[in-house]
Formats: sequence, structure tokens, C-alpha cells
Amino acid sequence: MNSTLIAWILRAVPFGTIIMYGALGEIVTEKSGNLNLGVPGIMYLGGFAGFASAYLYENAVAEPNYLLCVLLALVCAFLAAMAGGLIYSFLTITLRANQNVTGLALTTFGMGVANFFGVFILNGRTATQSLVYRAFQTKMPVLSGLGALGQTVFGYGFMVYAAIALAVALHFFFTRTRAGLNLRAVGENPATADAAGVSVARYKYLATCLGAGISGLGGLYYVLDYNQGIWATTGQIEALGWLAVALVIFTTWKPLNAIWGSYLFGALYWLYQFMPSLLGWSLPGYVTDLIQMLPYVVTIIVLVVTSLHKRRENQPPASLGLAYFREER
Amino acid sequence: MTPYAIELHHITKTFGSVVANRDVSLAVNKGEILSLLGENGSGKTTLMNMLSGIYYPDEGEIYVEGERVEIRDPKDAYALGIGMVHQHFKLIDVFTALENIALVLDAHERYDLKAVREKARAICERYGFVIDLDQKVYEMSVSQKQTLEIIKMLYRGARLLILDEPTAVLTPQETERLFAVLRAMRADGKSIIIITHKLHEVLEISDRVSILRKGEYVGTVETERATEDSLTEMMVGRKVELNIERPLSSERHLRLSVHNLSVQSADGVRVLDGVTFDAYSGEILGIAGISGNGQKELLEAIAGLQKTLPDSSVLYYPDDDRDSSAEQLIGKTPRDIRDMGVHLSFVPEDRLGMGLVGSMGMTDNMMLKSYNEGGSPIADRSAPRKLAEEIREELDVVTPSIATPVSRLSGGNVQKVLVGREIAATPTVLMTAYAVRGLDINTSYTIYHLLNEQKQRGVAILYVGEDLDVLVDLCDRILVLCGGKCNGVLDARHTTKEEIGLLMTSLKQGKGGDQR
Amino acid sequence: MTAKHETAREPLIRVVKRTSMSAKGKLGVRLAAVLLALLADAAFIFLVTGLNPIAVYRTMFSGTFGTSLRFSWAMRDLASLLLIGIALAPAFKMRFWNIGAEGQVLMGALATATVMIYCGDTLPAPLLFAAMLLASVAAGALWGFIPAWFKARFSTNETLFTLMMNYVAIQIVACCVNIWRGQASGLGKLNMRTKAGWFPQIFGQRYTINLIVVVALTVAVFCYLRYAKQGYEIAVVGESENTARYAGINVGRVVVRTMILSGALCGLTGFLIVGGRDQTISTGTAGGNGFTAIIVAWLAKFNTFTMALISFLLIFLEKGAGEIASAYNLNDYASDIIAGIILFFILGSEFFINYRAVLRGHGHQEVRK
Repeated sequence: MNSTLIAWILRAVPFGTIIMYGALGEIVTEKSGNLNLGVPGIMYLGGFAGFASAYLYENAVAEPNYLLCVLLALVCAFLAAMAGGLIYSFLTITLRANQNVTGLALTTFGMGVANFFGVFILNGRTATQSLVYRAFQTKMPVLSGLGALGQTVFGYGFMVYAAIALAVALHFFFTRTRAGLNLRAVGENPATADAAGVSVARYKYLATCLGAGISGLGGLYYVLDYNQGIWATTGQIEALGWLAVALVIFTTWKPLNAIWGSYLFGALYWLYQFMPSLLGWSLPGYVTDLIQMLPYVVTIIVLVVTSLHKRRENQPPASLGLAYFREER
Repeated sequence: MTPYAIELHHITKTFGSVVANRDVSLAVNKGEILSLLGENGSGKTTLMNMLSGIYYPDEGEIYVEGERVEIRDPKDAYALGIGMVHQHFKLIDVFTALENIALVLDAHERYDLKAVREKARAICERYGFVIDLDQKVYEMSVSQKQTLEIIKMLYRGARLLILDEPTAVLTPQETERLFAVLRAMRADGKSIIIITHKLHEVLEISDRVSILRKGEYVGTVETERATEDSLTEMMVGRKVELNIERPLSSERHLRLSVHNLSVQSADGVRVLDGVTFDAYSGEILGIAGISGNGQKELLEAIAGLQKTLPDSSVLYYPDDDRDSSAEQLIGKTPRDIRDMGVHLSFVPEDRLGMGLVGSMGMTDNMMLKSYNEGGSPIADRSAPRKLAEEIREELDVVTPSIATPVSRLSGGNVQKVLVGREIAATPTVLMTAYAVRGLDINTSYTIYHLLNEQKQRGVAILYVGEDLDVLVDLCDRILVLCGGKCNGVLDARHTTKEEIGLLMTSLKQGKGGDQR
Repeated sequence: MTAKHETAREPLIRVVKRTSMSAKGKLGVRLAAVLLALLADAAFIFLVTGLNPIAVYRTMFSGTFGTSLRFSWAMRDLASLLLIGIALAPAFKMRFWNIGAEGQVLMGALATATVMIYCGDTLPAPLLFAAMLLASVAAGALWGFIPAWFKARFSTNETLFTLMMNYVAIQIVACCVNIWRGQASGLGKLNMRTKAGWFPQIFGQRYTINLIVVVALTVAVFCYLRYAKQGYEIAVVGESENTARYAGINVGRVVVRTMILSGALCGLTGFLIVGGRDQTISTGTAGGNGFTAIIVAWLAKFNTFTMALISFLLIFLEKGAGEIASAYNLNDYASDIIAGIILFFILGSEFFINYRAVLRGHGHQEVRK
């Protein structure tokens, strides 16, 4: 296999994994009828909390435990992101605040918290040498050494495979389980779900909080693997968060589509760096900026095409964005 | 004595300042069909929603098989064996029938679609339902959806089944089939409450009848001892002597000639099918039919709000001499029609969702159709304000101020605002859809009076109504719609409710066409 | 049966919709929300830094009111935020979720910068400004028109569409900046030598024009929405499309027209930011104000004067947080946290305006009305 192509794949897959987590979490959330535009903020929260907890633990203990370190990072990222989801849930479900506005406020808040404490606690240090970084970077032994195929298929940290497993699990959850059926019903038509005895508020809370937790893992993966264990207070996570929202539309709310969709987005995003050399072209630097807009353009096209076709299976959950109040007349 | 299947004691429910149910008590035996009878807006549905856990009563107690219970949400209702088929079906459109059934599984039951399918099949066989369990709901007909709803409830183990106006959307044959199923269920020991306001159905299907009037409980009678007259009397409170005037107007000219008017719904159904009739000035043309048989589409198509199929024609005659200057209204938008100088007023069925803007006050609602007059980019509010004051004065609209959002007014006052505005536009054609729905007797008479005034002014009036007594007494002629087709035009002075009722429920073969 | 025993109780709290609330009551609820939020913020500051919150608030106060220069900077930033909020008002009043202000502002800014760069040396000043203005308004309007047309024609979801358009705009700007800066690390001030296309200084500041425009637009858009026929159409369409059709309003046309207006005003904001504030352009020119302004517009219920108040509150917080940051050696991001907390409280407070809770056993009070 061409070495450029291999490098491209090695770049696209981790990139895709970040937004796959973000999108999978948002799919769970949106299936309950909540359009959470706080994904970027939530990913910030997850990334920061997971990174900071592992970092502090390693520096506080003389001989930190490898496994505990990884677990701590995962759990803290999940919990912190869930806390963000909880704020959103409380405001939009219990207090019936507008979902779009609450989500945007959450993005501001999450970004603020992560960056404020990020600088405050970490003070610009990195964790490149740390255990947790190594843990996230560890590739599959033996298999990843098996030539081009081994490299492109097995050459990633465990989070990449966990994301695929999660997407498959979510697919089964939505189609084969009672809770999945109930959740879809809540997002399609809360009044009907309610009449069927499904607790709408509980499903919305759980889906939104767990969804936020999943999205938060994307932030963690970004910091610990993709960004090589460096906490950077840049706007990069924000852009990735919006890309995750875009991916949700692209998948037409189906988790399995998120697997290839996210890698496609990753490939499109990195197209500028590898495509020219693959084809033997040389592109001026500014064109790369234009190529980077491709994921968004593709999303817009998907959005337009689905609205043209109006196939019922490809539409957003019918009650997306609306608050539910049983006694509304 | 065996306890009742369900008992309601002194139930009261209010919405804001509106009392929907006041001190209602009633009871249902095991293995009986009870009809809950009442006019539109008498609180039947609200009462039943408290049994199914959609609403929670403000006051009162509920007993199931002799034990006091609280029904806080639909889950509680299911646990108690209460299942309700709502008028607007509670189905998930993108789910299959099977998935919709699985949605009501008891939490303790194992989630196994195969087992669900088996059990659902068994229920279908037992009561004779025919349904494709793998069909998506959005591909189903109304009667299929209703069947699915009933299967759902039986699956969940309902011992008391509540049906909210189940026949409103069914053909006579489908109704018969439904009734056969209900009888089979009664024989099976289940209790059934059926909400309706159709008397012949009440007499046909039920064992006892409970009557509500304006949110209050009137009484319960054995069906065997009831007649249409006695039930009507209980329902409306006194013998129906409507005493609506029907003045004769001097002039009568052709005003509107509707020919072959057809409308197709989004799912490809011909909801209005080749309707042809004439409307005359100085005449009230009543339009009767079971709700959902094309009334809405008919009026909206004339008003320029519905896309019509080719060959549809609505000719408007501005002057009294025929043919000379007829104008085609089909293909025009409401604004085009207005710009042509046609004064077409329309009181739609959905008052706050179409006729008025709920969040705006009377003044701003007055200018809804006229705001664009004059060349200035600034909207003139002084004339609308004056008009609002006038209407408030003349029609006794009860409102804190003409700036108060009309959604906060009571139903009757909302309708006065809407009718007042439409009449103030000096119409030559006035169309009203369910103009007195949900209104008290006094306001209803105010509306009848206003319509008669307009008739004598030489306005051609189309009156879509549901109360046959009113149609017979108020209108000059009555057009009956059935399945989107014109099923006959009757002279209101020489017809009976029975004749209209028959035309509403059974389509005359091959006579959908010319009915001038 | 156990189910019965479990359920034989009235729920503890039920939520009931309010019929109405007096203006005083509404103001009270909102003031209480802001006060509570300030308390929560104080608690946050104290817990994190151990500083006396009152002293911190005093420092915050000086962030905006400390010196006249600080105040004028606050006004400058207020102008940018408020302008976008005003631009969004017509779209939001129509219930069109224009999340794309960020992109529309950027496109306006980009058009302005393009004119400055390519015509700065050739056009005389008045013509240059006219060209900048026209180009920016057209670019913003185009960015508003695209999603609106699809919404009107195919009812394509506008929230997601406009959101995506932001990033398309950002990449276009990045591309152009990349071209213009050439080998330099950044794009400095445009036309540094000639100052062509820079707003003239009035009262010592270039952004004075921005302030004048924002005041004028606050009044103009308020009047447009309240008194103009088009404003009335927007209100009707926002309330109910069915009613709008019934009234003879061409809904699609109003949607497209209003979004062109909203986009054009965003474009105008881009023009003012580039000409009057930054004299340069980057992907951060809108600085997230496009998103914050959405919250401003929504909270103000589309009343431009209320927007001015809310914008001021947010800018005050931002400046205050910046001041704390430099005084106590923290960082600027504190302002995002503080603003976030305040927004959460205000958003949550709306609930108490629209609904009220009924405690167990108090239900019958309703009946006696």
C-alpha cells in the first residue's frame, strides 16, 4: 500500500474517532428529542476532567497504578461531561427552557470551565511522559506490526476500537431492546410514549446525561491520544464539537453510519495534506483551508437531500427541539 | 353485590379559569358497554383522560373494583387494567405495528418480539382483527390504526376499554365491524366506555348511557328505556326547541358556482372529490357531514388555501347578471382574491391556529387581512383599534383590554372577535366552519343572529355545521358531504334530520356528480 | 394488589401552566434570577480562589467603569454584540433559528476586507466606504438567503443548516487570510500606510461610528418590528404559518426576505467591525459573538432595547472577569464561566414566569377562580 495512503488513514481514523464519540453521544441525546448544541462544551468538560484527574493522580502518588490511571481518566471524563448534560437536562426538561439557547450557553460554560481550570491546574504542562498517555497510545501488539494492513487496521489506541464497539452496541440498543424502543418513542412522540406508560422525563434525563458522557469521551480521546497528551487552550475542540453535530445529521441518526461517516469526515478533513501528494499535485497552502470545509458542505448536502426525499426513516426524531408538558392544551 | 369495574366520585378538573368537569360521579359495571354522551365541549374527553392518567383531577376520588386508587400517570392506568383509545391515536408513525404493541409491554415482561408477535396474533384471532404486524403506522389507514390501538390495549391486559369518538372517522361498514368487536369483548367480561354524540350508535351498542352537560354530570339511564328524544333532552337540558329565526331574504342571485372541485391530501387520498354546487346571495347553504369528510378542504379550496386538482372550478359572480363577468377563484391566493375586489370572508374551524393570532390583542387581529392596504410601509393601527373597540362594544366581548392576547379570552369571546372581524369586512360570501363549536347557548344565538343579518344583507353564506337541529332550522338548503363527495342537496324547510343523517353515512351510488 | 398501595397518593408537586403574570412579577422573577446568579458566581469565585467575593465584584465593576477608556472599550464590544443581536431579532421573531450569525458576520467582514485590499488605493474615500458597505451587506444577505431559500422551498432544517454555514464561512475566511498574508505569520492591519477604508476618528475613537449605528439600529429595528407592515407579517408567520396563509401572506417570501434582512444586518456588523474596530480580518473576527447574540436575542424576546440591557450585562461580566483575571493572576476564561452561570439562571427563571408548581393538597385553590 502507498505510504501516503497509510499515513492518511492513520490520521483520518483517530480524527474520526473523536467526532464519532461526540456524534454517538449526541445521537443518544437527540433520540430522546433533545437537540443539545452544548456538544462542544461537553467535549471540553470531558477532555479536561479526564486529563486533569489522571495527571493529578500520577503526580500525587509515588507509584501510580497503570490501570487505575486509565480508569480514572475515563470515569472522570464521563462524569464531568454528564454533569454538563445534567445542567442541560434540568434546564430544558424540568424547567422547559429553550433547547437551542441552553445548548449554546452550555458550550460557553463548558469551554470556560475547561480552559479556566485547565490553565489554573495544569499551568501549561504536558503529560506526554505520563502513564495515561502511554496507555492511550498503546497499539495492539503483534497485529499492528503486520505490514500495511496491520498498521491501518490495528495501529491505534484502544479508544478507536471501543468507539466502533459502542456504535454497534448502540445500534442493538436502539433496535433490539425495550429501553431503546422506549427511547425512540420518546423522541418521536412523547405524548404517545407517555400514554404507553413510558416515563418521558426519566428517559430524556438519562439519554441526555449518558449521551453527554459519551460525547465527553471524545474530548478525552482528543487530548490524550490525538493531541498527544497536551492540554491546549485552543478552539480546536469547539470546531470538532460542531463537526460531531454535523456527523449526527450525516448519519441520519443511525449509529452504524457513524462508523464510516466519521472516518469519511476524517479523511475529508485531512484530504488537503495527503491527496495532493497522492496524486502528485502541489497545492498552495490556502487551498487546504477550502478543502477543510468539505465535511460541512457534505453535511449540508445530506441535510438538503434528506429534506427533498422526505423518507420517513431518514428524518430527525419528530419531537426534536420541543419540550414536553403533559397537560399542555 | 359485585363491585363496579370503575367508579368516579365527585371529580373536578379546571384549566386556568375554565372548568372542564365539575363534581362528576359515575360508575361502570363489569361486562357492560357504557356510552358517555354529551355535546361538543361537555367535558367527556377530559373526564376520561383522568382515568387514563393524562390529566390529574383537582378534586374527587376514583375506585377500581371497589378499591380507592390514584392514577398519576398512564402507567398507573395500565396497572389497573384501564386502556384508552384516544381520538388522536397515540401511535408512533415510524414504528411498525409490532413495535407499537411492544411499546406497552409491562416492565417485568421479557422483551422478546417473537413472543409479542405470538400473543398479538392470538388476540387478533380471538376477536377477529385483521392486521399486518410488520406494516409501518404511517402506511396505515385510519381504521387500521384504530384496530392497532385496540389490540395494543388488549395486549396490555385492559379490563376497561375507553374509546373516544371511535366512529367519527369510520365508514358505516367499519363501524359495524368495530361494534361487533366491542360486543365480543363485552361477552368476554370486559367493560367498555364509549364516548360519542351520535344517538343512534348509543342506542345500538350500549347497555347504559351516562350524560354530561357543560362539564357536569346529568344522569345515567338504561339504554332499553331511553329514546333519542329522552337522551337529547338530557344532553341539552330541555326539549330542543331551537327557535332559530329563518328570515326570507328578498333577493337571491347566483354568487358562487362550484364545479368539479377536487382536492388530494398529502398521502394521495382524494379528500374532496368532484364537488359541484351553487351558492346564492341571501341564502344560508348548510354543509353537513361527519367531521373529516371534506368540509375543511371545501372551504379552504374556495378561500385559496388548498391546492386543487385540475378541472376544478369556482366561479364568482360579482353582479347579479349571470355569465357576464364571472371570475375564476381557483389558482388564486387569498391575497389575489382580495385584490380582485372579492369580499370573501372565512371563519375557519381552527380559530386560534388559523383565523386569529393567539398572542396578539384584538387590535392586531383586526388588521390580519387588511394590514396591507394603502401604500405606506407603516401599518395603520388606528382604524383596527377603532374596529376592535366597536366589536368589543357591539358583541359584548369580555376582555380586560383590546390589547390583551386573544388566546387568553374564553372560547366564545374568541369566536366573537373572529366573526366580528369577518363580518366587518362587508363580505359578499361568508364561509363559517363549526361556528358555534364549544360556545354557550347565548353566544351561539348571537352568532346565528349575525348570520341571519348578513343573509338579509344579501350575503351568500356557507355554514358548515355538525348539529343537525341547527342546520335544519337555520339554513335554507343543506349540502351533505360524504367521503369527500357531494351526496345530495336538500331543501332545509322540507327535510328531516333522519334524511340528512342517512346521506351523511351512506353514499348514494353514482350520484356524486351534479346536485344543483 | 401492591400497585394500588404504591399509587394511592397524590403527587407531591404538580406543575400547572400560568394564565398570565403581571409585568411587575416578570421583572421580579428575572431580577431574582440575576441576583441568585451573582450569588452563585460569588460562591464560585470564593471556592476557587478563596478571595473575598465583594472585593472581587468591586474589581469587576472597575473592569467596565474603572476608567473612561475601559468604559469606551466596553461600549465598543457592546456595539458588536448588540448589533448581531439586533440583526437576529427579525429572524427569531419569525421563529427561524438563525444560528448562522457568526458566519454571516464573517462573510460581511470578508467582503469589506476584500474591497479594502483591492480598491483601497484606487477608489476615493466616499466611494470606497460605499463599496465596502454594499459588499458586506450583500455577502451577509447571501449567507442568510441560502438556508432560508431551502427552508422555504423544501423545509430544510434551518438550525442545522445555518450552523454548518458558519464553518463554511470560517474556512473561506481562513483561505483568504492565508492568501493575503503570504509568507507573513499573520495578517496585520489592512492598508496600514494609507489607512484607506479605516473609519475616521470621532471623539478620538474610530468605533464612534459603530456606536452611532448601533443606537440608530436599536431604534430602527424596534420600530420595524413593531410598526411596519413587514414587521407585522414576521410576527404572524412566527406565530402560525397557517394563520399567515389564511391572511394571504406568502410565507416563503417572508421567510426569505426576513433572512436576507437578518443576514444583511449581520454583514453590516462585519463591515463595522472591520472598518471601525479591527481594521483587519481573521477567523475570530466575530469572536463567538454570533452565538452569544442568539442567547441575547432569545432572552430579550426580540425587543431590541431589552437586548441592549442584556448585552450590557454580558459585556460588563466579560470585562469584569478580565479585570479579575489580571488583578488576581487568573485567566480570561473566568468570564465564560460567570456568564454561563448567569445565562443558566435567567434561562431557568423563565419557567417560573410561565408555570407554577402546586404542592400536594393545595390543588383545590385553582377551582375557586
